[in-house]
Amino acid sequence: MKELICIVCPKGCHLKVDEEKGFAVTGNACPRGAEYGKLELTNPTRVVTSTVRCEGGAYPRCPVKTDRAVPKGKIFEVMAALEGITLSAPVAVGQVVLENVCGTGANVVATREFLFLERKRNQKEL
Amino acid sequence: MYDLIVIGGGPAGLAAACAAWEGGLRSILIVERDKELGGILNQCIHNGFGLHYFKEELTGPEYAGRFVKLLGETGVEVRLDTMVLEVTGDRQVHMVGKSTGYRVEEAQSIVLAMGCRERTRGAIAIPGTRPAGVFTAGAAQRYVNMEGWMPGKRVVILGSGDIGLIMARRMTLEGAKVLACVEVMPYSGGLNRNIVQCLHDYDIPLYLSHTVTDIRGKDRVEQVVVSEVDEGRNPIPGTEMVFDCDTLLLSVGLIPENELTRQAGIVIDRRTNGAVVYENMETSLPGVFACGNVCHVHDLVDFVTAESQKAGAAAAAYVRGGGETVQGRVLEVKNGDGVTYTVPQHVRPHRVDKLCGLFFRVNRVCGDSEILVTSGDTQIARFKREHLAPGEMEHIDLPRALLDRAEGELTVSIREVEQ
Amino acid sequence: MYDVLIIGCGITGAAAAFQLSKYQLKVGILERENDVALGTTKANSAILHAGYDPKPGTLMAKLNVRGVELARELCGQLDVPYHNCGSLVLAFSEEERPAVEELYRRGTANGVPGLRLLTGDEARALEPNLSEKVVAALYAPSAAICSPWEYCLALAETAVKNGVELHLSTAVTGLEQTVGGWTVRTSKGEFQSRFVLNAAGVDAAIVHDLAAPHAFDIHPSRGQYYLLDKSEGGRVSRVIFQCPSKAGKGVLVAPTVHGNLIVGPDAERVEGNDTATTGDGLRFVRETARKSVPSVNFRESIRNFAGVRASTDREDFILEESAPGFIDLAGICSPGLSAAPAIGEYAAELLQKAGLALERKDDFVCERRRTRFKELSPQERGALVEREPAFGRVICRCETVTEGEILEALHGPIPPCSVDGVKRRVNAGMGRCQGGFCGPRVVDILARELHKSPGEIVQDQAGSWLLDRETKTPPEGGMSHV
Repeated sequence: MKELICIVCPKGCHLKVDEEKGFAVTGNACPRGAEYGKLELTNPTRVVTSTVRCEGGAYPRCPVKTDRAVPKGKIFEVMAALEGITLSAPVAVGQVVLENVCGTGANVVATREFLFLERKRNQKEL
Repeated sequence: MYDLIVIGGGPAGLAAACAAWEGGLRSILIVERDKELGGILNQCIHNGFGLHYFKEELTGPEYAGRFVKLLGETGVEVRLDTMVLEVTGDRQVHMVGKSTGYRVEEAQSIVLAMGCRERTRGAIAIPGTRPAGVFTAGAAQRYVNMEGWMPGKRVVILGSGDIGLIMARRMTLEGAKVLACVEVMPYSGGLNRNIVQCLHDYDIPLYLSHTVTDIRGKDRVEQVVVSEVDEGRNPIPGTEMVFDCDTLLLSVGLIPENELTRQAGIVIDRRTNGAVVYENMETSLPGVFACGNVCHVHDLVDFVTAESQKAGAAAAAYVRGGGETVQGRVLEVKNGDGVTYTVPQHVRPHRVDKLCGLFFRVNRVCGDSEILVTSGDTQIARFKREHLAPGEMEHIDLPRALLDRAEGELTVSIREVEQ
Repeated sequence: MYDVLIIGCGITGAAAAFQLSKYQLKVGILERENDVALGTTKANSAILHAGYDPKPGTLMAKLNVRGVELARELCGQLDVPYHNCGSLVLAFSEEERPAVEELYRRGTANGVPGLRLLTGDEARALEPNLSEKVVAALYAPSAAICSPWEYCLALAETAVKNGVELHLSTAVTGLEQTVGGWTVRTSKGEFQSRFVLNAAGVDAAIVHDLAAPHAFDIHPSRGQYYLLDKSEGGRVSRVIFQCPSKAGKGVLVAPTVHGNLIVGPDAERVEGNDTATTGDGLRFVRETARKSVPSVNFRESIRNFAGVRASTDREDFILEESAPGFIDLAGICSPGLSAAPAIGEYAAELLQKAGLALERKDDFVCERRRTRFKELSPQERGALVEREPAFGRVICRCETVTEGEILEALHGPIPPCSVDGVKRRVNAGMGRCQGGFCGPRVVDILARELHKSPGEIVQDQAGSWLLDRETKTPPEGGMSHV
């Protein structure tokens, strides 16, 4: 029996997962909790959120996320894959930044819109 | 003269403006000090927003984007890069902007949606030197997520509020070493899910009942000293741990930003640090409403949205009704045992349609508990909860019929059920 | 070849420079930090004392009374926030009454105007939040409060406008007597001057020893403070002292010219320039202050700080020619801020006695103005923004400071190069959120205007870096902060 705190929603249910009974989950308030409990012990996954460089928009970074959860062990690999990418405004929400990142089957997508706005950056461009 | 001026274009202001438009107002102005709408959500690039409202998990910018899009479908006027400097008792709003100049606009109704600010080092009087490298978690979040700059390499975080936890993960992902998260209380101030996915996932230790007792370093932070505290939150000598770090992030609480509210002469609740409001989020100044973090600090943006829609709809009703207020009974909502504040603080039963929502926070962590609503010696409602914590805002709905039975006041209290 | 080189640009060095800029002289200031006012000047009680504390006949007594008299006019001319609020010294028991009466006698001997002895009730009538235990008080209407760093800045800026050369980030490493003057070795090379003024504050003894035989020791005395939110700013209207002791004037409670409440200091001997605050020191300040004003609400704290006073083993300022052409302006502990312009005058007299001819300039300009958006009427604000849109962008919401004011400072006689340099000039970041909101925006403006990367912008003194490196490698390869 393993005790977990569910991270599917802010409620944070205290789950009990029984490894010996096919990862049966108790303590969950919704079916997604049961799914999480099982997955967390068999193949834990997380959605990764970060940024990539962006030129021509209101800010020099554009927020991105994996459009589905990726294996926990691959989080830093996914982060590394975001290095060196530069988007150019305009950027649309959901725009694919990187397909099938690190072979996870997840796409990295932009999570905000940037209009094209040729803003002179305040920082010295190297 | 506008029907409504909304001060602040973050999640609260956006939801209030949209609701007021739906409520029939056609002359609405949002005044936003930043160069874009969305407020703090723009820098909250993590996911976990919208589960209640949109029934899906969104990041902060996505959540804001949805409302900006909704707003775009209305005729609400938006003034960006414009700071409101004063709100007068007769609903004049003084504002200044680079492109719009200094303007005084009048409105039939006002929604205050200015949000909150972070508590700082000075507010909690951390001793030590005053080097660079002490940031509020939110300021660091802006640098990392929007400006693309890392504030340091080796980080200690004081406070286990959600922003601190989120930043622990964010700094780690971007290559910094987060050495510890330190919380003065015996429990975390953030959501459990964030303890798991921000600290546990990255093996960042959480020190409960500990605090920072010294900051060292002349120019830049070089060390912080962390000590255990006793029940009275006093540091225990001999428990000092020294962390070699260059950065201290503070996530030690949020304070509603009510300078404009105070200036306008609106009554403030010392417990929420926000305006005292009625069931429809109206403040002590008729026609002026408050919602979101300016009213009380929320944990979830979904609840900000719901509360702000209520405020926006009420502003619309107020304007449609020509500013007339139906007089009637007012119930004062009091904090009973275990309750630190409630919002609203006043309820007018005759103004409640079907249900009156009530937000509150508890002052301690409880297991199986009952939430009791009493009026005088009469218990008028009882709710059950498996878990209550100060870091998690609670919400109950009181039916109108029950309110009609109350006399003078309502008291909300909690009672832990013996196992 | 300079006529006079001044070492140190705190309030003393700035006041001397200001005074000397009235004459036809080539004057330079050597300041080791990247800005003026970075030592004791930026961390003290901000009080212009009436002058009843110093022993009659001392330089301290004479220059204190003269200094506050000069400050009254000078602060107006140079646009320095100044408020003649008056002060009270409290006696809490019959045992303390004689001490207050002694101050009255000293003050009268020192020529302090308007002194009055009050009963406890009379004192409480002036200040309703005073403790019930107050039995008597000395009232000094001529005491005032000011912005010490802006005072220093105003004096230095005016000196610069009148031809004084300010060398920042220039640390003095050696002094050598030459024929007809001195060679001053610094981190930025050698300077030649006929005369040298030592206004090096806490390090004045070290500088003295470079030029002359050891003559005095400086025993840095640290004082810790609370600065409280404007919500507490009206707790008292005057400076509230307790009876002084050997350690100093004790813990005071006072309004500030910015509308806050300042509480402190304690007094503790420390090594060198140790300006850390401590839990014990802050507790002492809280407890002692409550004796005067029990209702002070320390939950409204917005900042703690500590400053180091340059106390010496002598009981007076050390203002003397210690080697030919080398003049010490040392041991300037309290009431140094009050005495500053008089110390400036006195320094000029000492130089004259040492053989420097002082001839007035015809074109000396004693004037300084800066825009304070917050203090303008709506009509004035409107006109200003129309003329210069940058005044329409509010950067610091707590203190209502606009981008226009920051740009004005950046184009002033002594432009800031740090976030705190901006704060000292225009108040951005001084309010209750302590730069949480405006910090990143000020960094942005500084980077843009100084043509630097945000990673090169410092919080305050050199080495106080703010940002480590950019996130996310650019496509073409690595990029890291300097």
